[in-house]
Amino acid sequence: MTVPVPLPGPRGRFGAYGGRYVPETLVPALEELEAAWRAAREDPAFRAELSDLLTRFAGRETPLGDARRMSADAGGCRVLLKREDLCHTGAHKVNNTLGQVLLARRMGKTRIIAETGAGQHGVATATAAALFGLPCDVFMGALDVERQALNVFRMQLLGARVVPVESGSRTLKDAMNEALRDWVTNVRDTHYIIGSVAGPHPYPALVRDFQSVIGAEARAQCLALTGRLPDAVVACVGGGSNAMGIFSAFLEDPAVKLVAVEAAGHGLATGRHGASLAKGTPGVLHGSRSYVLQDENGQIREAHSISAGLDYPGVGPELAHLKDSGRLTLMQATDVEALESLQYLARMEGIIPALETAHAVAAAREVARALGPDGLVVVNVSGRGDKDVEQVRRALAAQASPPRKAARRSRGRPAPRRKGGAR
Amino acid sequence: MSTARSRARAGGAREVPGVAAAAPADRIAAAFARCRDAGEAALVTYVMGGDPDVATSKALALACVEGGADLLELGVPFSDPMADGPTIQHAAERALASGTTPDGVLEVAAAVRARSDVPIALMGYLNPILARGVERFADGCARAGVDAVIIPDLLPEEAGDVAPVLASRGVRTVFLLAPTSDAARVEAAARAATGFLYFVSVTGVTGARKAVAAEIGPTVAEIRSKSPVPVVIGFGVSSPAQARELGALADGVVVGSAIVQRIAEGGTRKARAERVTRFVRSLKRALRR
Repeated sequence: MTVPVPLPGPRGRFGAYGGRYVPETLVPALEELEAAWRAAREDPAFRAELSDLLTRFAGRETPLGDARRMSADAGGCRVLLKREDLCHTGAHKVNNTLGQVLLARRMGKTRIIAETGAGQHGVATATAAALFGLPCDVFMGALDVERQALNVFRMQLLGARVVPVESGSRTLKDAMNEALRDWVTNVRDTHYIIGSVAGPHPYPALVRDFQSVIGAEARAQCLALTGRLPDAVVACVGGGSNAMGIFSAFLEDPAVKLVAVEAAGHGLATGRHGASLAKGTPGVLHGSRSYVLQDENGQIREAHSISAGLDYPGVGPELAHLKDSGRLTLMQATDVEALESLQYLARMEGIIPALETAHAVAAAREVARALGPDGLVVVNVSGRGDKDVEQVRRALAAQASPPRKAARRSRGRPAPRRKGGAR
Repeated sequence: MSTARSRARAGGAREVPGVAAAAPADRIAAAFARCRDAGEAALVTYVMGGDPDVATSKALALACVEGGADLLELGVPFSDPMADGPTIQHAAERALASGTTPDGVLEVAAAVRARSDVPIALMGYLNPILARGVERFADGCARAGVDAVIIPDLLPEEAGDVAPVLASRGVRTVFLLAPTSDAARVEAAARAATGFLYFVSVTGVTGARKAVAAEIGPTVAEIRSKSPVPVVIGFGVSSPAQARELGALADGVVVGSAIVQRIAEGGTRKARAERVTRFVRSLKRALRR
């Protein structure tokens, strides 16, 4: 069930961030969406229908369970895993797409579009659209289409059309540009389901709202299981939907550290990463003001991460605001650390996490070690790794026999993957 | 230089509150007044600054003036142009590939200003302006003789940090309206308007499809009745015949992608410039009544 969390300030502001920086054509649609969402969040019938879908269709509530061997390995700190990977379609994304499809129906929209990076949001959107019999086009960077072939096929099986985007870096940001262009063109009958807590107002607040079910459950489950709040909540951050989803329940608990884990890619120093909060500067991208990876002329830089879902040069405006207000603890994990942590969780806990989630796992191990035996950590396992197994297999094979040139460049680390290859 | 201004005065340029007094030379009002006196819609031509490189785009901008453009729009390239179709996207990619910065585009503007009194409007997304710093950007515009800035992702209600800074340097902020804008938004844009208002004639991105006069006629008439400044139609205008048809509805028409396409066809700098001049001339001829 959706727990109402505080609304942003006027015009969708989270402190200095957020807002609505879009072509005029979209404004009426955004206003319509905001009105529909505000009405729906107060409407018991809407909330009951969504809650029913989340229970009977998406498989909520998801468990919060002990990672016993991981805890022991970290020196006794208790580690709890919030199992969003057990959601229908394999990630937390479905919490939001079900909510937004209900809103689309409420607004009388007859067509759904979405952008996707790793394909998880695309699959979750295609799923929700299929459930309600709505045609669905998913925009996906051509590079991501290559590296997430399995999810492309899943979307097609679900009846969606996958549109490869060839412009720019051919990844998530370009998919979002193209989805916005489609929306500008077909705004009267189409609803755009943004998958992250990014984009113009009201999306950051609206998506956070639909994902806040993660935090609401996790908080109650943690209290029931341990009798206290965790010392830290750890989540990976690309755009930030799973992070805001779980953080939202702990914002008013200052003793709970909120650990946002960004993709360090090849390393923060290399410039090849997706760490918008750690290394970005305030700017406007995709309709809102937030931290953005950009050059001195305000051109958006290409992000990099082994995980397509974290390969994004922006981040949700609420996270930017939380960073500035000192509420976030920022951490990063490199491609290599994510690969290693994916295998770690698989072997230690019998869970193959998504590559995105593996970044959170890497950081959580550090946090747990630092907290020691009295510590309590909740990790958001945002998605499962089935979609990544082929990519991981290739990356590990490349590590086992690194091409000589790449090995030299990596300064002793296992070979980084090459563009278009094992990414 | 002074011809346009004195002609405007002779023609009794409409007194526009907050605009006429803002700058020593109101080239925009003068240009529209001149066209109105001649009984024709103003021709607004768009080229991307730095497409394919800064030097060539100087020649192409001047080629527009040579062909009879009444107002020049200069695109500022951005990596993520969400309101643009493929033609302008590719122009931005070419400009960025040749290393064009906002300063490079201002160089193009200054080169035009040195040779002509044509009003110049930059058209670019917000982020490069913020990255530069609005004040520094506004200073650069003023120095280069830029009259206005059109920012497709800046709504009137979000312009509080930008428009006043530009205005303090005598640079107008041009707002856009769309077929989806309701009466309240038209009124808000009219209240905030300086320079001119830009009516996006199609729900879509630049160059996507043709605007249909019969569909947008009433909307444009409604906007003009509320606007204190001239109203131009853009986004769906590609041929002389269409420019003529839409020109009858508004104070001006913008032709962008169709010109950029002719630039993208390649050839020497001179060949491209001649091609642009010829096309602009044909548009201008079509607008004469």
